Amino acid sequence: MGMTFAEKILAKYANQKKVVPSQIVTVHPDHLLTHDNTAAIISKINPELEEYGVFSKKLPVIVLDHVIPAASEKTATNHKNIREFVKRFGIKNFFDIGVGVCHQVVVEKGLGLPGKLLLGSDSHTCSYGAVGAFSSGIDRTEAASLMLTGETWLKVPNTIKINLRGKLSRGVYAKDLILHIIGDISASGANYCSVEYYGDVKQFSVDDRFTVCNMGVEMGAKNSVFFVDDITRSYLKSIGIKHSDYDAVYPDKDASYFKELNYKLDDIVPVVACPHTVDNVKTVTEMEGLDIQQCLIGTCTNGRVSDLKIAADILKDKKVHPNVRLLILPASKTIYKDALNEGLIDVFIDADAVILPPGCGPCLGAHQGCLAPGERCLSTANRNFKGRMGCKDAEIYLASPATVAATALTGKITDPRKVIN
Amino acid sequence: MRIWRYGDNVNTDQLFPGKYTYTCSTAEEIKPHLLEDLDPDFAKKVQQGDIILGGKNFGCGSSREQPVVGLKAVGIKAVVAESFARIFYRSAINQGLILIECPEAAKSYSGGDEINLYVDKGEIKVGDRVFAFPKLPEEIIAIRDAGGLLNYTRERLKNR
Repeated sequence: MGMTFAEKILAKYANQKKVVPSQIVTVHPDHLLTHDNTAAIISKINPELEEYGVFSKKLPVIVLDHVIPAASEKTATNHKNIREFVKRFGIKNFFDIGVGVCHQVVVEKGLGLPGKLLLGSDSHTCSYGAVGAFSSGIDRTEAASLMLTGETWLKVPNTIKINLRGKLSRGVYAKDLILHIIGDISASGANYCSVEYYGDVKQFSVDDRFTVCNMGVEMGAKNSVFFVDDITRSYLKSIGIKHSDYDAVYPDKDASYFKELNYKLDDIVPVVACPHTVDNVKTVTEMEGLDIQQCLIGTCTNGRVSDLKIAADILKDKKVHPNVRLLILPASKTIYKDALNEGLIDVFIDADAVILPPGCGPCLGAHQGCLAPGERCLSTANRNFKGRMGCKDAEIYLASPATVAATALTGKITDPRKVIN
Repeated sequence: MRIWRYGDNVNTDQLFPGKYTYTCSTAEEIKPHLLEDLDPDFAKKVQQGDIILGGKNFGCGSSREQPVVGLKAVGIKAVVAESFARIFYRSAINQGLILIECPEAAKSYSGGDEINLYVDKGEIKVGDRVFAFPKLPEEIIAIRDAGGLLNYTRERLKNR
């Protein structure tokens, strides 16, 4: 019996010939991602850091993104402590405020590569399956322990195989696909599992795959992966990664799967995840006409140039509805600059949108666009939990950049198929 | 002992709102905000030895560990649920908080039932009904029994 992607990666990192689901293995990940929470992580282990130092200067990837620029004395002090830690221990991969959302930065800087194992103290660390890496979220305490020892345990997961057949229709995007899947199998439908995507995946760019893998945790998955193909290779080449820099891992043909799911892409329509769970998915047609006060386009889920382009095409030469605030949140500085060069930022400004600095912005409710009681936000982010955007009496809806842009023009949930050419 | 009962998909924002993630890290800072948006009574009335009973996918969402740190600090004896989200599950091991994944037990509870735990035996008694749950692997019990992952790591570093 062969091995799945997760089994192969975990066997490789545990120095074992074969591993099976439920087995506990000890691994040394290539990288440990932490962000603003690095301050809390290092404060747990100050005496140990003094005595033993960090396991390796190359292990941590630290990105300041969650509350940037600092919103208070407290968050400013966190950032200051992190910068001092980085200097003191000579941490190689540190990205200060403004470089981007951590997950985008990991991929863009070539730190999340095919066949690599990454862990991070952020639940959306699962995003790097977009380029064929195995990546998963852990908590701060585990990040602290990894910082000192470079190792941790992982349970070998069961694997779900998802077959995608056909082609997405006009006005339907990767975001609609993943929301459709989560709506179908529920917010716990892939709990503890590794998810592998198969079938007609050539239509999905690395950006699209990022959106899909990013939301894997919203169905409980440990990791999600699209296997390395020409699309991955050409993306990696575009960011300066050589073929010899990575070693792609593929599952065996006779691997054993826990479950197999099939989706016909032609049947998928634009959808919205309604409050207060990501699996509360309805079609845009069902939700059309609902008043929206804030629209958010961007984040680590949908903040790449291709997403911004889809939105700008809809907003070009138009104005955001007077009842709506439209916030644009590019996922990185590189994306921001590309969007600027392509004239997308001009379109947004002319449409009366507000451009936020590349970071997490209002997604987790800390600043830059929190909601008031009774308000509704339609967002391209990944979570619509009650209180997520700073107010427990507000509602968050999730959709594709096209649906959010179309809605920004009317002030009501709008089917993007009505406004795209 | 009180049983705090909640439904399916209790998420980390309900257990501890994200807006406090970068301003509250210590147990004392976390305690007053525990379950703030889910059950405003909880933080005021919770007592040492209480049990939380959840449905499916308890603890889904963010990797933030404040919910677990807080529940441990206020003395929650265990969280019993039909199923848990994986980062929350790891986090509980890391803080030494006992989680019991036992759908039969979680579903069988009705108001007024007493819950008794026999963690070492892998048994839980709800009212007069006894249910078995799978015990954790030895490697994981060692972390929990050391009082959490950092204590475990400190010991290992010392003996290296």
